[in-house]
Amino acid sequence: MNQSVRHSIKTFIIDNFLFGDTAYDLQDDVSLIENEIIDSTGVLELVAFIEEQFGFTLADSDIVPANLDSVARITAFVTSHTDAEALSKAPA
Amino acid sequence: MRIENFLRDSARLHPDKTALVAGGRRLSYAQFDAATDRLASSLTQGGIGRGDRMLVFMNNCWEAALSLFAIFKAGATAVPVNPSTKADKLAYMIGNCEAAGILVQERLLPVVLEARAIEPRKLFIAATGSASDGSSGDIAGFEACLAGNDAPVNHGGIDVDLALLIYTSGSTGRPKGVMMSHRNVEAAAGSITTYLENTQHDVILNVLPLAFDYGLYQLLMAVKLGATLVLETSFAFPQAIFDRIREEGVTGFPLVPTMAAMILQMRDLEPDFLPSLRYITNTAAALPPAHIARLRELFPRASIYSMYGLTECKRCTYLPPAELDRRPGSVGIAIPNTEAFVVDDDGKQVPPGVAGQLVIRGPHVMQGYWRNEAETNRMLRPGPNPWEKVLYTGDLFTTDESGFLYFVGRQDDIIKTRGEKVAPKEVEAVLHAHAGIAEATVFGVADPVLGQAIGAVIVRADPGLTEREVIRHCAAHLEDFMVPRLVEFRRELPKTDTGKVSRRLAAETMKAAE
Repeated sequence: MNQSVRHSIKTFIIDNFLFGDTAYDLQDDVSLIENEIIDSTGVLELVAFIEEQFGFTLADSDIVPANLDSVARITAFVTSHTDAEALSKAPA
Repeated sequence: MRIENFLRDSARLHPDKTALVAGGRRLSYAQFDAATDRLASSLTQGGIGRGDRMLVFMNNCWEAALSLFAIFKAGATAVPVNPSTKADKLAYMIGNCEAAGILVQERLLPVVLEARAIEPRKLFIAATGSASDGSSGDIAGFEACLAGNDAPVNHGGIDVDLALLIYTSGSTGRPKGVMMSHRNVEAAAGSITTYLENTQHDVILNVLPLAFDYGLYQLLMAVKLGATLVLETSFAFPQAIFDRIREEGVTGFPLVPTMAAMILQMRDLEPDFLPSLRYITNTAAALPPAHIARLRELFPRASIYSMYGLTECKRCTYLPPAELDRRPGSVGIAIPNTEAFVVDDDGKQVPPGVAGQLVIRGPHVMQGYWRNEAETNRMLRPGPNPWEKVLYTGDLFTTDESGFLYFVGRQDDIIKTRGEKVAPKEVEAVLHAHAGIAEATVFGVADPVLGQAIGAVIVRADPGLTEREVIRHCAAHLEDFMVPRLVEFRRELPKTDTGKVSRRLAAETMKAAE
């Protein structure tokens, strides 16, 4: 797992949805929705953060639980996108 | 008719039809009926009797749907509680309604135990999942309760008994329990399904909390119709919900304006992408005409119903879809078999174009607030006949020449955010309990997605207090939708010329500062 991506996502979630409550034990693989860490409008904020921070645009079809419903899933999703972009920009 | 008979009748008419799809389970009407009989027997064995208040503290899971009908079948009164309710408010509700028991989702059991420590009383508690494997002492297992005796409970209740006690934000800062009899629920459900032209062939998808009457009635109406309810826990991932709509051939989709705003923010939707939808409903707050127009482009086959209501009578008005082009800003006319009229301060009807208070008359009007005579008398007042009471909504409306109603504003300071009502005093009470806060006032600020966002202007006692600490404090004591989004520190609260703290001025000055 890409540690810097993971760290930045986790920090964003703790800052914005747990209001900086570092005492909360946010595990990487827990569902953010089922545990009511993020609500529906929170997902919109999360998407805006990913787009701004990592420089790619999410299609509607990207905004699904498989990509965004835990720290681990978001990290994997972001990493796969940024890796793909780095590859496409790499000299042939 | 009592509500549990909706289920018994549908199970007799369509035993094999799918009643409920939730959390990966599909229950037929026969299974739903039998499971709730067994759960009701277990409640009776646990000491729950006719008229007892029984809380349901769960998200939109299948267990919640079963719990509600089992409570009716036990002859008790169901009290649905928002799953983001914190321990101190839960304790207040338990004490206020003198609850006899609570059915709770495993994840929320710690909140119940904390509430019980604050408000000690004998409670029958049953929890889902493995939390109740015997290690928690007196907590019964929900699964074990589902294995109860399958003979129907003979509780002797009739349809003027209380079916529901629904807590709603009170302007005094403490929630009030809206009392609805079985007869009230039947009247409201019958009226709404009439104008929506529902049939047993409808498949309704509900993401709205069952603790919110708009969500709760999707279940009650689906069962009354013998239709299918697809229950989902959240609209956080709209695409996932759209997939469910396609998979299940959903025909009815209830929205609140926040969900409509989320749909309209999506980038890749094509017109007619959900062709199975026959109707979409919206309530809680009016949709802006531009949103209605865009929804009609995206859902050309669906009838769009703009509606208005309050928990105290469930629903007041609806706009027949054929009128949408002519009167996009109207919330319509009284629902079938009810009346809605606009009156002045003396209770006399006002002519078209003149603003006054909306009054509701009909069999759906509540019985009052639980043990709160003063508030009951403020809302329920003598009607045109000596034997009846009508509901004064506290909302200002006008009518046009044809009698269609238009929302003007509220008479009090209640905030509507994400479709839910929030009393500023309830949030202010939590803020004032923080040692670092000297004074605070809370108000609504217009927000494109939330309808209104909650704003707070605060005078600090502790100069080191941060915005985040304030929000975290609120999040620990209030339901999610009540937590302020905007916090501003000032040297003093905005006051009127007469020195009274003004929420309106606070809202205006915060808006100006943005």
